[in-house]
Parts: sequence; C-alpha cells; structure tokens
Amino acid sequence: MKNTPTLSLRVPEPSGRPGDTPDFSHLKLDAPGAVDRPDVATAPAEMRDHAFRLIRVLDDEGRAVGPWDPKLDPDTLRRGLKAMILTRAFDDRMHRAHRQGKTSFYMKCTGEEAIAVAQGMILSREDMGFPTYRQQGLLISRGYPLASMMNQIYSNAEDPIKGRQLPIMYSAKDYGFFTISGNLGTQYVQAVGWAMASAIRGDDKIAAAWIGDGSTAESDFHSALTFAAVYRAPVILNIVNNQWAISSFQGIAGGLETTFASKAVGYGLPALRVDGNDFLAVWAATQWAEERARTNQGATIIELFTYRGAPHSTSDDPSRYRPGDEHEKWPLGDPIARVKQHLIAIGEWSDDQQEAAEKEAVEQVRAAARESEAIGTLGQSRPSVKTMFEEVFATEDWRLVEQRREVGV
Amino acid sequence: MSTASMNMIQALNSALDVKMSEDPTVVSYGEDAGYFGGVFRVTDHLQKKHGLNRSFDAPISESGIVGTAIGMAAYGLRPVVEIQFADYIYPAYDQIVSEAAKMRYRSGGQFTTPMVVRSPYGGGIFGGQTHSQSPESLFTHIAGLKVVIPSNPYDAKGLLTAAIEDDDPVIFFEPKRLYNGPFDGWHEKPVSPWKAQELAQVPTGKYIEPIGKARVMKEGSDVTILAYGTMVWVALAGAEHAGVDAEVIDLRTLVPLDIETIEASVKKTGRCVIVHEAPKTSGFGAELSALVQERCFYHLEAPVARVTGWDTPYPHAFEWEYFPGPQRVADALKAVMSGGR
Ligand SMILES: Cc1ncc(C[n+]2csc(CCOP(=O)(O)OP(=O)(O)O)c2C)c(N)n1
Repeated sequence: MKNTPTLSLRVPEPSGRPGDTPDFSHLKLDAPGAVDRPDVATAPAEMRDHAFRLIRVLDDEGRAVGPWDPKLDPDTLRRGLKAMILTRAFDDRMHRAHRQGKTSFYMKCTGEEAIAVAQGMILSREDMGFPTYRQQGLLISRGYPLASMMNQIYSNAEDPIKGRQLPIMYSAKDYGFFTISGNLGTQYVQAVGWAMASAIRGDDKIAAAWIGDGSTAESDFHSALTFAAVYRAPVILNIVNNQWAISSFQGIAGGLETTFASKAVGYGLPALRVDGNDFLAVWAATQWAEERARTNQGATIIELFTYRGAPHSTSDDPSRYRPGDEHEKWPLGDPIARVKQHLIAIGEWSDDQQEAAEKEAVEQVRAAARESEAIGTLGQSRPSVKTMFEEVFATEDWRLVEQRREVGV
Repeated sequence: MSTASMNMIQALNSALDVKMSEDPTVVSYGEDAGYFGGVFRVTDHLQKKHGLNRSFDAPISESGIVGTAIGMAAYGLRPVVEIQFADYIYPAYDQIVSEAAKMRYRSGGQFTTPMVVRSPYGGGIFGGQTHSQSPESLFTHIAGLKVVIPSNPYDAKGLLTAAIEDDDPVIFFEPKRLYNGPFDGWHEKPVSPWKAQELAQVPTGKYIEPIGKARVMKEGSDVTILAYGTMVWVALAGAEHAGVDAEVIDLRTLVPLDIETIEASVKKTGRCVIVHEAPKTSGFGAELSALVQERCFYHLEAPVARVTGWDTPYPHAFEWEYFPGPQRVADALKAVMSGGR
C-alpha cells in the first residue's frame, strides 16, 4: 500500500434529518429588491451573476420593492391570489379523496402555487406548456373545469383521457397544456422541439417547460439545453427547485456544487434565479423570459427556488427523511400568505375578503366534486373497455381488432 | 411518370426531396444530415434546396434529436430525423418508446406525433458491433410504433413517402448493405449494382407503397420464406441454391404486419422458413413463427424453421459466419422439405 490517504466518497447529506431543528443558515438569500434587472437583450455572458443571486420583490412587510417589481394592478393580483387559493383547496380535497379511497394516487403542489399560477396567467393559451405533475395551477389559473380534472383523477366515464393515465397526468391542448409523461425529464426536450417548430414556421408562439431539481440530472435536461442554445429556440425552461426529489434532497442532484440556474451558464443561455414563493418575482422573471423568447432572442432558464411543503405524493411520508416542521420554517414564507399580505398592505384586500375567498374556493371545489363524483370515482365508473383498444394508432390494426374481440367488446 | 435508375440512397433522397417540396411541414435533420447530407448521403442537397430551417445538422444527442422531433410533431410538423446508425438509437429509446409511441393514446387523441425516425441498420459491411445491429424487435414489441424495412430502391421511396404521410410514428430501418446494390449473401462473389435490377427503376415524382402490405418477390409452391431487408435477397439466393420452389415474401412492414399474405402463402405451401439477421432469441422471427403456428397449424407439413443471426454481440472478424447466408437458408429449406409429417 502506498503511503497516501485512502480515498473516500462524499455522499451529500441535507442540513437536517427527522428530529433535528430545521437549519437554513446555508442559504444565501438576497434581500428583496437587491438584484438588478438587465435589459432583455443582455448577452448571457454579461449576466452570469443572475444565475447565483435570488430575485425577490416582496419584502417582509409585503411591500413590492426594487427593479423587478412588475407593478401589477390590484385586479391581476387578486385574480392570482384567488387562483392560488383555489389550487390549494383543490389539492386538499383531492388528497382527502385519496384517503377516502376515491382515487389511487394524488400529488399536491403545496407551497409552490405561485409558480404555475403566475406563469399560467402570463403565457397565452396558444403557447404550449410542457408541465410536470406539480403545475396543476396552470390549468386552474386558466379556468379549466375542475370537474374535468377530477374526472381524470377518478378515471371515470367522463375522464378526458379515457382512463389511460395515472391520476393528475392531465392533457389539455386547448389550454396550452401538453400531456404529462410519467418519465421524468422527457418533456423538457420536447418543449424545445415545439418551440423550434414555431420558429421554423415563422409563427409567434412560444413554449414553456418545467422540470424538478431532481430531474435536472436526467440526460434529457442537458439535451434540451443544448438544442435550446444551439437553435435559439423560443422557450422558457423552468427548473422548480423545491428542495426535495421524493426523499433525496437537492444536493443529490448536484445542488450543493452550484445553483441549478447556473447550469445555463455552460450552455451560453441566460439564467434567472427567483424566489418561487414570491408571486411578483415569479411574474417579473417570467415576463422577462417571455419577452426574450417572443423577440427571437431565444431561451431563458429560470430556477424557481421554493419548498415542497406536502409529501411528494400520497405514497410518501416525509417525516421519515426530513425535520417535521421544516416547511413552516422555510425562510421565504408561504406564497399565498405573501400575496395576501401585499394586497392588504396596498389597501386592496382584507382578512375578511381572504376568508370569504377561501370559503368560496372550498365551495367551488365541493361543487365540482359533487358533479364529478356523481359520474363516479375510481372503480365505480370508467370509460367503455372498448376505448382501451382505441387510439393506439390512428386506425386500429388487425391485432387490436382481434384482441378487442377476445375481450368481448 | 418518368422513372430513373436509382440506388436505395438516391431513392430515399428522392422521397425526402419530393415530400419536402410538396409539404412545407416536412423537416429533416440529424447528425451530419444538413450541410454534408448525411454520412450515407441520404439527405444530400436537401439543405441547399429547402433551406437551413428545414434540413440541418443536429448535436450528437439522439434523445435530443427524437425528443425535439416529438415536440415538432406535436406542434404540427412532420419531422423525419436520422439516427446515424441504428446502433445509436438506444439513447433515444426512451423518447421513442415512452413518448412518441404513446402520445396519441395517453392524451386521448389530443396530441399526435406524425414523425419518422430513419436509421441505417443491419450488417454485412464490416461495421463491427456498433455499426451492424438489427434492433427491430425492440420496436415491434412497443404499442404505438410502426416499423418499416425496405429491401430495394422502389419500395424504399414509396414506403418512406407513406411513412412521412403516416399519422403515427414510424421507425424506418434502411439496410445499409442494400444502399448501393442488392446482396445475395455470396460475399465472395461480386455484387451487381442496383442498375441491373428491375426494382431500381424508380419514378422521379411522388408515389406511395402502402405501409402494411408485403411483397411477394417470387411465387412458389414448396415452402414460404418470410424475410425483410437484406435477407430478402439472401432468401432468394438460398432458394435457388437449394433448388426448391420457394415462395419468397418480403414483409416490408413488420408493424402493421400483412398477416393475410403470410397466412395465404403458408396455407398454400404448407412449410415456412423465416430469415432475419437479428439474433434469434426474441427476434421478430419468434413472433412470425408463433403467428404461423397459431393460424396455419393444420396446414403445416413440417415445423417452422428460423435462420437468424446468433445470440452473440455482432462480431467484426466473423461477419460471414454470423450473417445468415444462402447456404444456411438452403440447409433450412432442405430440412423443412424432408421433415414431412
Ligand atoms: C425516468 C424516471 N425515473 C424515476 C421516476 C420516479 N420518480 C417520480 S417523481 C421522482 C422525484 C422527482 O423529483 P423532482 O424532479 O425534484 O420533482 P418534484 O417531485 O420534487 O416536484 C422520481 C424519482 C420517474 N417518474 N421517471
């Protein structure tokens, strides 16, 4: 043996495990208003710093400060707030529906509502979003019928995708919502392709994609960045860093070595890193990226820094791998509470109105649930078995005809 | 329509050119496929004629090539992408299998992926392990994919045209060994160029050979040989060598399969030999053999035989021992002919 130290592997560990006090002292959080807002035409090389900073607009008193303040009118803010409240109410109801055995599976986006809601409001329905399973806010902010979402979750006779997908894997072309894949990362590169097609055809539509911090380790993430940079595709590439990929903290995907936004730097793409719990900051960054894409200047990476408050899914128990109260201690607060505070601070909202809005959301969800459950929940109702054999191809081939007959339909 | 003598490369190029001229939504890209026209030159001149936006070089990222094509197809284009060698399709496998193949189904018909993944495939050119594989059965097993393999210039153009117009994703494998001329498997004999073949007279304009229809290359009454790609020519040579009156069927499309032609032929001849160059175990021959057994059992005079590549990785120095040749086909034919009930 040589007289040198033996090698050892470092396996990253999060700052706290069950029983520990949550510790966020390692986070470097810029103060609200502290990060400058470059012109959208800025060369990526001149704004590398933005990949490591954190764009924030709302301060601790609920004031909008600094160059990224999108100066939203109160109506837009209220619409956003209500869509976030509705998203949370929907999640709560569906999570309970799972506990009651009405569906096999559900995934909440608790704590991340500002992301999909703000971005869903900015992008046009003609643009195409390539979401993950945590962007239900895209559909909700655009007024997609809640009962249709539930029909999909229950795989009932009115399921728009005919009982073929896991609950929550929505598909809504008319709402700019691409069919969700269960294979992580695959859709990131598809979004780039969709955007390239729009550019090839001289169209004016753009695409947007979302990926989790954990899934940035997939090779498709890197393919997507290569293609987006090379062909200057009009696409917004969002990375939702919610700190956790099931039980693995973001350090396992490389988040301790650098920021996720900074992955853009090596590809020559501009990156913005944003407080994902700050509706105004998400709005402003998305608008920046949207303008860049629409003016033919190409793709932007946005890291949305947030925290997954709920379990990963109904099959997960986060108390087994992280401090129980870590979510409450998240230093960037709750996205709904922060917009509420802001609206109250500018004299456009009140606690009473908040309470009424929350009640109304619960009522809206309840009404949709009544409508959907009247059709049936999982196992009580489903599309005709005949549909199982349809749409494998544009036209059924002889094998499927024979197999369908074998089933007797 | 005027015709010209073309080899398979020229015929495929002509299919792309004709479709790109006719339909502005057709785009074609892949590694080295733009400026240079592809390492086998199948996409030659397309960039010059149809512009950078519709024929371009892609990064060496097969999942990126197929993944972006899926997005383009969902947008409304008809992308035709090239995977430089079929051996490199595996990095794109997830995009093909989990995404392109499933899009129509999983979205309840809201999103479709009309696209073609073209790829030179197969052995016989001393390409070694990474330039010789025949992975077709990895795709025939997947719900939602069509798999097409031409064996001559005429079919190549007609089938590629059909594939581009098809509303489902099509995996289009081009037998490299047949690009420049047919191959009868007698590797020590000189090979004739396509020019000498009837099937090299290719219309210069548009025509379609339908996907899902086999071609009877030679009628016969003793035994049915099922083959596709390069093996069609090996089968013809093998039948001649054995002196057996074989009916040689070029399947042309593995999915959807022309089961009627297969069934009618085997019921007529009572015997069946299947030839493919992919390894034997779980190869497409296993599926064909099972189908023939299921549908023609009471007409069979002998067990169905398979002549295939071996279950080894593709060897460089032992190509002619690995690659099924006319002698092995002839041996199988003789065995099947003598193995009566
Ligand atoms: C290709 C693939 N590998 C593994 C999984 C199983 N899986 C589902 S969600 C998940 C974690 C994803 O974490 P992240 O990307 O951070 O997104 P988040 O769930 O936190 O929003 C894993 C490993 C999968 N769906 N697809």
